[in-house]
Amino acid sequence: MDSLQRVFGKNAAYWLIGPAALWLAVFFAFPMLSLLTTSLSDPAGSPITGYTLTWRVQNYIEVLGDYWPYMMRSLLYAGIATLLCLVLGYVLAYAIAFKAGRWKTVMLVLVIAPFFTSFLVRTLSWKLILADNGFIVNTLQTLHILGEDGRLLATPFAVIMGLTYNFLPFTILPLYTSLEKIDPKLNEAAADLYASPFQRFTKIVWPLSLPGVVGGTLLTFIPATGDYINASLLGSPNTQMVGNKIQQLFTTANDYPHAAALSVLLMAIIVGMVLVYVRRAGTEELL
Amino acid sequence: MPGAKEVDVSEVTPPEDGKKKGVSRRGLMIGGAAGVAGLGAVYLMGRGGGGDDAAAGCVTTDLSDTESVLNMSNWPEYIDEDDGDYVSTLTAFQEESGIDVTYTPDVNDNVEFFAKVRNQLGACQPTGRDMFVLTDWMAARMIDAGWIQQLDKANVPNLDKNLISSLQGVGWDPNRDYSAPWQSGFTGIAYNKSLVGEVTNMNDLLTRTDLRGKVTMLTEMRDTMGLMLLADGADPANFSDDEWGNALDKISKARADGQIRAFTGNEYINDLANGNIAACVAWSGDVAAAEDENLVFLPPEEGMMIWSDNMIVPVQGTHKANAEKLIDYYYRPDVAAKLAAYVWYVCPVEGAQAEMEKIDPSLVDNPLIFPTAEYLAQTHGFMALDEAKASQYEKDFANVSG
Repeated sequence: MDSLQRVFGKNAAYWLIGPAALWLAVFFAFPMLSLLTTSLSDPAGSPITGYTLTWRVQNYIEVLGDYWPYMMRSLLYAGIATLLCLVLGYVLAYAIAFKAGRWKTVMLVLVIAPFFTSFLVRTLSWKLILADNGFIVNTLQTLHILGEDGRLLATPFAVIMGLTYNFLPFTILPLYTSLEKIDPKLNEAAADLYASPFQRFTKIVWPLSLPGVVGGTLLTFIPATGDYINASLLGSPNTQMVGNKIQQLFTTANDYPHAAALSVLLMAIIVGMVLVYVRRAGTEELL
Repeated sequence: MPGAKEVDVSEVTPPEDGKKKGVSRRGLMIGGAAGVAGLGAVYLMGRGGGGDDAAAGCVTTDLSDTESVLNMSNWPEYIDEDDGDYVSTLTAFQEESGIDVTYTPDVNDNVEFFAKVRNQLGACQPTGRDMFVLTDWMAARMIDAGWIQQLDKANVPNLDKNLISSLQGVGWDPNRDYSAPWQSGFTGIAYNKSLVGEVTNMNDLLTRTDLRGKVTMLTEMRDTMGLMLLADGADPANFSDDEWGNALDKISKARADGQIRAFTGNEYINDLANGNIAACVAWSGDVAAAEDENLVFLPPEEGMMIWSDNMIVPVQGTHKANAEKLIDYYYRPDVAAKLAAYVWYVCPVEGAQAEMEKIDPSLVDNPLIFPTAEYLAQTHGFMALDEAKASQYEKDFANVSG
């Protein structure tokens, strides 16, 4: 600190914060302000004539009234996907952290491997896998699990599955880092003290992995709620999520004020939910 | 020595006030808030309208005399390319005219492209493009906004002479003062004949039970709604709000019934080929270009939509004369035929059909490239809409399609 102060003078802290603050101002605060003003503008304008800021709060009431089913669907799909990710991810992360031995690195690389391909390409390939005339649907039809005209694509199942698939690594990695830090000796000590395997998990492993659980579920739930790629590629018009609605309002309906209001609302809901969740999980220091 | 201890304590200097030593949290927040507010004020002042006024007084000097370059934006896979011995139309143009053309296929979607360039166009700033190719209604919208330069008729004699009659006298540019069609196409029904029997009209598409969950429609409002209006006996070029509402209701119902699987851009063609969908609203060129013998494109019984993509020169394009040379070149029948043989869209140039005889005789009678007057009789255009109406209709359509 002393040497830094010699270089920058009395206001060293300002100089050090400067670049990040400028970055945030330009790429976060400024767009955010633009979004907020647009969301309070008169929707009677158009992208050509511009929108006038009339502090029209009704935009929010209107989008809530018109599009609440999309919002609920997003929260529901993202919620289910997050739970699935947590269950699947926890088992895998536990296995990698404690049971993988020399395979640990290989397994971690395999978890990250899908990132080498684009998100879009991976989602599109699910379209091929789940195709109506594809192997999976045909097999399920032969087994009479799916009806003759049954299908997987363009159903809520496909959308939730896509979300789960795409965001699973975001759950696994934080879970792995916090599980990996747990000292195996704690488990041994608990066993010496006659704790059952179940007790060892609920009293030692789970509480110690909570930061990973909270981090992983947040990293999954937040982007999954706003996601629109999965719903648009794997879903049908009846499984559209709030992201699809926002995208559509912005690009095809050219209704910027309502699109902005819906975006702000989504953000507010997510921030509210995250605050409650983190408080209840007792991990405020993560934020 | 208790006393000495007390003295020690009193001599300890109190910790310096945080404010003096570094940056207090409050100071930081105030500073940050002031900064954001300042930025915000600047932004709000500059916000206002989209800049119609700026565009109206926007004049550009044509630098074509001194700069032999042209920057053109077009849709992907919409032009022939050099391949071995084959010399593309564009390469031939560059050799002949000495104009260096930078051709960028960066128009994927009218609305998306509009979003990309609207700020510059509205503020009278260059977009780096001298010419782009947009669909009728979007070209009309830009002409209406005063963002497009008038073509000098003397520089485009071939356009005047060779534009096919069906594309003359369009409502939004009656004399083709601002625009020249690049290619045209049709919107109709496509189906996969290996999966289902013939789908001949829109009612079948939206109600036949063997198509349930296997139908897609286009997100382009004018294409899908045009066909829906026709199915109801309405005229897409002149319809009432009631007729519009009825057509929307029909889509809503089909969607609620699970008949419609998706609203798409041109990705529908893969789904149609691999059987995820059996029938759909489709663009003629896509079906022809897919080269899959199971895919059939047909005009619905009640009629189909026709559209064209138009070359237009933005006000800030500084090489208008070069752009006009290119337009004139592509309106030569031999060039147009060569292009049409490659892209399989409706050729807007009179005389190209005769030239096609020399290139590929099998295409001469293809109605998707050279539609006969009879074939064209069943095509319709979509009504011109002002900003408010367009925005209302887009919203209505967005509500049933997403």
